[in-house]
Amino acid sequence: MAATKTRTSSFSRSFSGASSPQIPGLKHGPNGTMFVSSGIPDLDKILGGGFALGSLVMVMEDAEAPHHMLLLRNFMSQGLVHNQPLLYASPAKDPRQFLGTLPSPAVPKDEKSSHRDPDQEKGLRIAWQYKKYFGENQQGFDSQNGKHEFSNNFDLRKPLERQFLTGKRIDCASILDSPNLVTLYDRCATFLSQFPRSDSNISCVGRIAIQSFCAPQCGYSSLEWDMLSFLRSLKSMLRSSNAVAVVTFPPSLLSSSSSTRWQHMADTLLSVKAIPDEDKELATLLTGYQDMVGLLNVQKIAQINTQVPVILDATTFSIKLQKRRFLVLECLNQAPIDGSSGSSYGTSGSCSGSSKTGYLDF
Amino acid sequence: METRSLLDEALGLQHLTGRVLLLEDCVETSAAFVLHHLLKRSLSQPLHSSNVVVFVAFAQPFSHYDRILRKLGCNLAAHRNDNKFVFFDMLRDFCPDGDNGKGNDGGLVSLYGKILKTISALPQENKNCVTVMIDDVSLMEVSAKGSTNLVLDFLHYCHTLISEFGCSLVMLNHEDIYSGMGRPTLILQMEYLADILIKAEPLATGLASDVHGQLTVVNRSIDDGERSRNKLCNFHFKVKENNVEYFYPGSRT
Repeated sequence: MAATKTRTSSFSRSFSGASSPQIPGLKHGPNGTMFVSSGIPDLDKILGGGFALGSLVMVMEDAEAPHHMLLLRNFMSQGLVHNQPLLYASPAKDPRQFLGTLPSPAVPKDEKSSHRDPDQEKGLRIAWQYKKYFGENQQGFDSQNGKHEFSNNFDLRKPLERQFLTGKRIDCASILDSPNLVTLYDRCATFLSQFPRSDSNISCVGRIAIQSFCAPQCGYSSLEWDMLSFLRSLKSMLRSSNAVAVVTFPPSLLSSSSSTRWQHMADTLLSVKAIPDEDKELATLLTGYQDMVGLLNVQKIAQINTQVPVILDATTFSIKLQKRRFLVLECLNQAPIDGSSGSSYGTSGSCSGSSKTGYLDF
Repeated sequence: METRSLLDEALGLQHLTGRVLLLEDCVETSAAFVLHHLLKRSLSQPLHSSNVVVFVAFAQPFSHYDRILRKLGCNLAAHRNDNKFVFFDMLRDFCPDGDNGKGNDGGLVSLYGKILKTISALPQENKNCVTVMIDDVSLMEVSAKGSTNLVLDFLHYCHTLISEFGCSLVMLNHEDIYSGMGRPTLILQMEYLADILIKAEPLATGLASDVHGQLTVVNRSIDDGERSRNKLCNFHFKVKENNVEYFYPGSRT
């Protein structure tokens, strides 16, 4: 697994140079797919490049914490930084207000980035004087020249500057006051019709963010099948256009069978979970527990144009805020315990060099 | 020359005709690769060059299957031009109201009409070598707005094709959708109809990059005289771009 990971990352790096002059924020992936960034560099890495163009990404919310908003905000900000049109729908009265909470890309100043970057390399800390000798950091330095890098780090404490919001094609829709899904469907259809997929040249990429799709205040709870067929048609429209949609939903509000249907509908499926403040048991199990904000689970990764599933070394990641500003995802570092639970098997398998010997156990 | 894979052995597919195959999978493990395998099998068998596949796609666009099958060594676009592969793209037609002119049947009635017309229009030597594939039935339910009866009617109509023309029917459905229901009529009836049931599940031990999951094949259609009991096979698989490795648990070193 580690091999494929390094392969994709080296693959993307050599390509990003070639594709970025044409359109920023796009990257070639395997099997003729293109990636756009999720707005979280770590998540892009985990997913093998980012969100595939034409895919439906679904995020299962935690009923107790708004961690899905972190993902949405970064996703939307990243699109705005790359000058990509955005359609945002939410059950709020005035969805436009949410735009005021979007994070701003980290200031790519020299001293700032040198303060920031060493922390990002998890294992290795390098004195800032030597940083320029390391290839990894070249990308970080690129950020000074402009916004043409694939993914930015976002400073959650700084709101997005006006220049990113004004004059951009941002479409906001409230899903509160419409009795059925036809209006939302029409909004999405007209939005997506701006980005028809042609064979070679991609001129523009759109992003759709739909927050808390089946929230009770929208009153769709009786329209279970309508919601499903909306998702189905959204997916089919996405397939034929150059756009990515992120839909978050609280699965606890759905019946278990339709929640599973929704999960099947998703190309990429993520779930977020809060961690309780004082869980002594967890605190002893995991290192760095006090810095964690929540957990992110990667349930499914888009298989577009391929039948090979992506198997990750670990599927659960901790969401941390670095310096209370930057969102980072890290593998869980577990103290070795008796591997009775399934999740510990998966997460502690991050050192899967040992998996070669693993199947002798059967 | 070519060794038969464990899956092919379990299916015993010298002739698919007159059989109903049901593929079941779950969120963690997709069984789509079995569908691709069957698609390739029926299109590229030299002995059965008169095979025709009618593919009803609710899940993916043509380009997706085309790319995958090309890597498997089968050119769908060429087969489509030869009228050996008929593709119904059910992704496109969508009406959010559900009742503008379609009579609220989700287009299933007209879909069946189209399938029947396609098969009847085939030359005589192709007629009894037709495979109808549906990917996937749960999405067919969505387009029928949750009406299980409509979907079941459709499947029964397709089943009559088997007796009428000797077609075979391959359906994919997601089993975990129905696991929480009290009496999941649809999946139970589908399982009843099926001669061969193929289930894809993740490993009980969790994630593994060397083993992508396990397949359970229940073959009820072995009727060599006195022996008519079910044949049950279970093996692991690893999906690759151009083929799938099947092996018994623990048999790989």
